[in-house]
Amino acid sequence: MAGCRMKLELSRVALGKGRLGVLKGLGKTGQLSLEVPGCLLHTHLGTVPHLTQDTLSTLSTLPSVTQITLSNIAEHQEVLEEFKDGFRKFAGLHDTVLYCALHDPATPCPTGHTTNKTVSVWGSGGRIELTVAKFMALQKAVKPDWYQSMADGETWQINTSHKRVRKSVDRSLAHLDECLLVHQKSQELEGVEVFGVVEGGDILEERVRSAKETAKRPVSGFCLDGLQTGSMDQALRTQLISAVTKELPEDKPSFPLSVRLLQGVGRPDEVLASVEAGVDLFEGFFPFQVTERGCALIFNFNISSNPELAVLEPGEDQETAGDSQHNGDLNPDDQTQMTSFEINLKDKRYQGDFRPLVEGCGCYCCRNHQRAYLHHLLVTNELLAGVLLMIHNTAHYHAFFSALRDALAEDTLDLLKRRVLGQTERKD
Amino acid sequence: MAATRACGAAANTSENIMSLKKALSVASPLTLRIVAECPVTKARACDLILPHSAVSTPVFMPVGTQGTLKGITVDQLDALGCQICLGNTYHLGMRPGPDLIEKANGLHGFMNWKRNLLTDSGGFQMVSLVELSEITEEGVKFKSPYDGKEILLTPEKSISIQNSLGSDIMMQLDDVVSSTVTGPRVEEAMHRSIRWLDRCISANKNPEKQNLFAIIQGGLNTELRKACLDEMTQRDVPGFAIGGLSGGEEKDDFWRMVTLSTDHLPREKPRYLMGVGYAVDLVVCVALGCDMFDCVFPTRTARFGSALVPWGSLQIKNKQYAKDFEPIDSDCQCPTCKRHSRAYLHALFKSDSAAMHHVTIHNIAYQLNLMCSVRQSIVEGCFPEFIRTFMKRMFPSRDQYPGWAVDALASVNITLE
Repeated sequence: MAGCRMKLELSRVALGKGRLGVLKGLGKTGQLSLEVPGCLLHTHLGTVPHLTQDTLSTLSTLPSVTQITLSNIAEHQEVLEEFKDGFRKFAGLHDTVLYCALHDPATPCPTGHTTNKTVSVWGSGGRIELTVAKFMALQKAVKPDWYQSMADGETWQINTSHKRVRKSVDRSLAHLDECLLVHQKSQELEGVEVFGVVEGGDILEERVRSAKETAKRPVSGFCLDGLQTGSMDQALRTQLISAVTKELPEDKPSFPLSVRLLQGVGRPDEVLASVEAGVDLFEGFFPFQVTERGCALIFNFNISSNPELAVLEPGEDQETAGDSQHNGDLNPDDQTQMTSFEINLKDKRYQGDFRPLVEGCGCYCCRNHQRAYLHHLLVTNELLAGVLLMIHNTAHYHAFFSALRDALAEDTLDLLKRRVLGQTERKD
Repeated sequence: MAATRACGAAANTSENIMSLKKALSVASPLTLRIVAECPVTKARACDLILPHSAVSTPVFMPVGTQGTLKGITVDQLDALGCQICLGNTYHLGMRPGPDLIEKANGLHGFMNWKRNLLTDSGGFQMVSLVELSEITEEGVKFKSPYDGKEILLTPEKSISIQNSLGSDIMMQLDDVVSSTVTGPRVEEAMHRSIRWLDRCISANKNPEKQNLFAIIQGGLNTELRKACLDEMTQRDVPGFAIGGLSGGEEKDDFWRMVTLSTDHLPREKPRYLMGVGYAVDLVVCVALGCDMFDCVFPTRTARFGSALVPWGSLQIKNKQYAKDFEPIDSDCQCPTCKRHSRAYLHALFKSDSAAMHHVTIHNIAYQLNLMCSVRQSIVEGCFPEFIRTFMKRMFPSRDQYPGWAVDALASVNITLE
C-alpha cells in the first residue's frame, strides 16, 4: 500500500462496547476525515436518491465518504473508460472520499449466478458477469479512493450448506489475492485502498477462518459480508461479529487502518448491537429504504442530561408505528417492511396533522413542511414526496450516528439504547 | 442566470411601487404597469403587481398541478427566479380538498410558496377528462377517477374552492370545448361562459385579495370570438385570458384567434394565453400582444428526458448522449448545466429519479430565461432583432421556419429574411 496517509485514531476502545475514533487523512488532499462509528453516504451512481446538489446541500452534516456500487456502474464501463478522468469527475462530485462496493445493499440480487471465477451484478439492462479481470478494469476506470475486493457472499439464504459457505470463504480469498496482484501492478490504482471481505455465512468456524486469512493480506479495512438484515437474528450476528473482530488487527503498525465495515445492516437496533460487537462503519442505505415505503424516521435518540427523565415513559412526542411492530416480529425475508422507528405518512391519521415530521428537527423538510403536506404528496404520487422524505430521513439517521458517537464518548450507551430500543417494545 | 437577475431588478423597482401602493391604501390586488411597448409588434413588457410579489412580464408560469412542481422544492423554484406558478382547482379540490387547504393557510401555506399562485378553474378538465364529465347550465358533473364519486363543479363551487386556495389570480369556470369541435356547441359554450363569468364574479368572496380573470372563448370562429370579447370586456375584471386554443387546432387558425383577441382586449390589463409553452409559440404570441403563459410541456417533457435548448431539444435518454461529456447547454447557467454532463444524466436516468429533477430544473430555467431575454429586448427596443436571432438559432434554415409563425410575425410587421 504505497503512500497510505490514512489512519484510524481511536479514542475509546472497550470490549463489548464498541470503538470510537476518527479516520483521518482521507481524500485527495488528505484533509477529509470520517468519525466512527459512522455510516457512508449511500448513492445511486453518485447521486443520493431523489436529490440534486441543491437539495443535498440543505443537509449540514454529511459523511465525507460516498458509496457507489458496481451494480449501478458496471454497465457504464465503456463510457468511463472513454471519459478517462474517473467516476468522481464524471458524476460532478467534489471533494469526497469515494468507496466502491460490489452490490447495492438496498436491492437484493438474484442468487445462483456465482461461479468459482465470477460474480454477477444486475444493471438496468440485466445481469453483468464479472471476472476479477473485469472487476479490476472497472476499478481502474472508476478510480475510487477505496474499494472492496471481489467476493462471493451468497450465503444468506436459508439452508445454505456448510460446503457452500466454505466455498464462499475460499473463493473470496482467492479473488482477494488476484485483485491485490492486479492492484499492486496498476499505476492507476496507486494510493487506492483495498478492503478485504470477510465471509463465512452463519458458521462460526468459517467466519473465524475467513477473518484470520483475510487479515494476513495487505488490506486497509475489512468488509463484513453475508450478515445483512434478514439473513439472521441480531444475537447470532453479534456473536459472529465479535468472533471476527477478535481476529482483526487492532493497532499493529503495519495495519494503520483496519476499519470494519458491516454490509447490509442499517436498522437502528441492529446498528447499536453491531457497534457494541466492534463494527466501525455501516452502509447508509436505511434512510432510502424508509423513504421508498413512504415513511419518515421519527425515533428518538436524545438522551436527556437528567438520566431519570430518560427512562420515563416517552411523552406525546413519541409515536408508534401505524401497525404495532416488535423487534423480531418482522418477516426476515422482507426488508421493505416498515419498522417501529418510522411512521407511515400515507396513513389517514396524518391528513390533517400540521406538525413537522419531527419537532425540533432542523432539516429542510421539517423547517418548511408539515405531515399533512407529505401525506398529500404521497397520496397523489408526487415526486416531491421522495425528495422531502429523503432529506429528512438522511438528516435524522446521520444525527442518530452523531448521538451514538456522543454516547460512546460520554459512556451513556446504555441510556441511548434504552431510548432508541424502548420504542420498539411499546404496544399500540 | 444573468437574465433572470435583471428581471429581478425590474421587480425591485416594482417593490417600491408596492410600498407606495400600500401607503396609498389602494384596494386593487392587481396593478399593471407598462414598462415598454415594442414600436414594431404588439409586444409589451410590464410589471404585474400582485399580492405576493411583483411579476415581470412577459412571463412563463410553470405548472404545479397538485400543489407541487413535480420533484422541485419551492426553494429551488424560487432560486430559478420563478415569480408565479399554477395550481389546479379540480385536482386540489378532490385531494386534499378545500377545507384542509384552508386550515393550512391556503395553498401558499400548504405548499409553502411565498410568491404568487394562479389557479385554473377546473374548466380544462372538462376537455381532458371529457369521458368522465357531463355539462349542463348548472355546471360540470365529474365522475372522480379515484373513487367513482360524482361531483358537480359549478361556477360558484369553483370560485369557492379557489377562495379557499387563496390564489392571487383565479380563473373563471368556463364552458370549454375542444378547439377541434365545430358547430352549435361552440356557440353554446361561448354564451354560457359569459353567464358563468357573471356567476363567478358574484361568487368571489375575496375581490380585494384575489383577482378573477375572464376567459375569452368562441373556438376558431371569428364572429363568436368577437362577440365574446365584446361582452366580456364590459365586465370589470382585472385581467383576461385567451382560452379554448392550444388544443390541437391548426396553427394557422390558432394565431389568428390570438391576434384577434389581443386586438380587442384592453391595453392596460394583462393578457394570459392559456396552455402555450413551446418556445416558438411563446415568442410569436408575445409579438401578438400576450403577457402571460402557462404549459405543462416543459416540465412534463423533462421527466421523459427531453431537455429544451435554443436550437430545439435533446433526448438525453438517447444512446447518442451516452458519451457526450458536454452539459446540456454550455451557455446555460442553471444548476444542472453548471455541474453535470449529458453523459452523466443519460446514465443517471437508468438509476435514479433525480435525473428527471435535473432536467426539470434545466427546462424551467430555459423557459424563464427565454422570457427574461424577450422582456429585456422589448425594454431595450430591439425585440424584432431578438426574434430574428431566435428563429435563426432554432431552425437550421429559413425554409424550415414554420409557415404559421412567418405569417403571424408578418402580421405584426416582422419580416424574416
